Amino acid sequence: MRPETAHDESVPHTHPEPGVDPHAPLPPAARALRVGIGGPVGSGKTALVAALCRAFADELRLGVVTNDIYTTEDADFLRRAGVLDPARIRAVETGCCPHTAIRDDIGANLDAVDDLADTVGPLDLVLVESGGDNLTATFSRGLVDRQIFVVDVAGGDKVPRKGGPGVTAADLLVVNKTDLAPMVGADLSVMDRDARARRGDLPTVFLSITQDPLAHRVAEWIRHELAHHRTAVAAAPPAALPPSVAVPTGSA
Amino acid sequence: MPTSSMLLLLADGRFPAGAHAHSGGLEAAVAAGRVTDLGTLGEFLRGRLATAGLVGAAFAAAAHRAVPTADRAAELGRLDAELDARTAAPALRTVSRRQGRALLRAGRAIWPYAPFGDLPGGAAGPHQPLVFGLLAAAAGLSRTETALAAAHGTVTGAASAGVRLLGLDPYHVQALLIALAGACDTTAADAARAADGPPEELPAAAAPLADIHAEAHVTWEVRLFAS
Repeated sequence: MRPETAHDESVPHTHPEPGVDPHAPLPPAARALRVGIGGPVGSGKTALVAALCRAFADELRLGVVTNDIYTTEDADFLRRAGVLDPARIRAVETGCCPHTAIRDDIGANLDAVDDLADTVGPLDLVLVESGGDNLTATFSRGLVDRQIFVVDVAGGDKVPRKGGPGVTAADLLVVNKTDLAPMVGADLSVMDRDARARRGDLPTVFLSITQDPLAHRVAEWIRHELAHHRTAVAAAPPAALPPSVAVPTGSA
Repeated sequence: MPTSSMLLLLADGRFPAGAHAHSGGLEAAVAAGRVTDLGTLGEFLRGRLATAGLVGAAFAAAAHRAVPTADRAAELGRLDAELDARTAAPALRTVSRRQGRALLRAGRAIWPYAPFGDLPGGAAGPHQPLVFGLLAAAAGLSRTETALAAAHGTVTGAASAGVRLLGLDPYHVQALLIALAGACDTTAADAARAADGPPEELPAAAAPLADIHAEAHVTWEVRLFAS
């Protein structure tokens, strides 16, 4: 709004850039909870995303962003599976670097999240699935609020002991395909013990999506985190202004 | 104002603007069997520098030049139209705007008071070289430095994709870039000089084969790079 009174033009003064909104982005409260889902190739990340889509179908306004190594494979799987309106799925291309797109250079993923909200309206929850990578791949906190790391018993019961940032620091560790444990000779008690040793108080869920197609315990954890996110949003103080940054005009 | 460190930061491939997901047309050229080894990669990079490199650097320098002018928004609008006219392949226009959007996100986070609001392009995003010109001005780079960083980016991104796509020896690819450094400097100087002229007289070098490759690439079902 413009002031009603005319100001004295004889006093030298400057205006901030009129075309620029000087305010920081809206506080996290105003947006969806973003949950990253990472883990090695074949551990069941996409199957978990599909399970969560089924679980939240009539409950939450949901969006999904996939980060494939081969472009749109996972997004296509989700579209074919019919678990979510295709308009609510976005695929990000990662140029052989799936970990870069979720950790070091997150712009394409943030654009995809923005595009979802622009096209389908406000969302409660956005699941960001990483491309299958290795045990060192984790999400930037600039991209997601919480992250789930998915490993599977067929990858060997030593995986929790090997650790890595995904296993040790993810907000939730999911050990998937527990139904295969007897067939691959994996000892779930060993995985449980090692996960506790690596993760301290952070939770671990043992899961078999073939037996539990709605991934109940993971969905329950997300509901809890979502409630926490909404409370934090409601209580969040107004966002602080960004530090004042001078705008050099640059010399020719 | 000494700007060397700032120049290095903006020229760094790790600057978070999405460059890692683009091969600069190399993926399609590799699939077509036109780039197969170090020698053909060198030719590809030289061609890219002389076309997309020169044009991108000139438009970045021209956008940089427009920053302190009174009719900045109008000037950027003219540059946007001229760059569209020089980008024959619709796929490459989309790529340029998508990369511009990614760069804009980084620029807004780092220099919130820079005049990014004057950029044209709407929801599709502004062309990448125009964003880069504004970003470089906000960082205090000179016009020549702006052109240099822009030209440098067009070859290093594709070279890095070459290491990933062809499994080439990274030392040999680096040596290739070192050998191209002089040509990169010359291209940047030419681009910065060209920015003195009106937008319609900026360089318009293009490669029809690169345009054809780009149009084919977007139709692939399986690809590693966004472009």
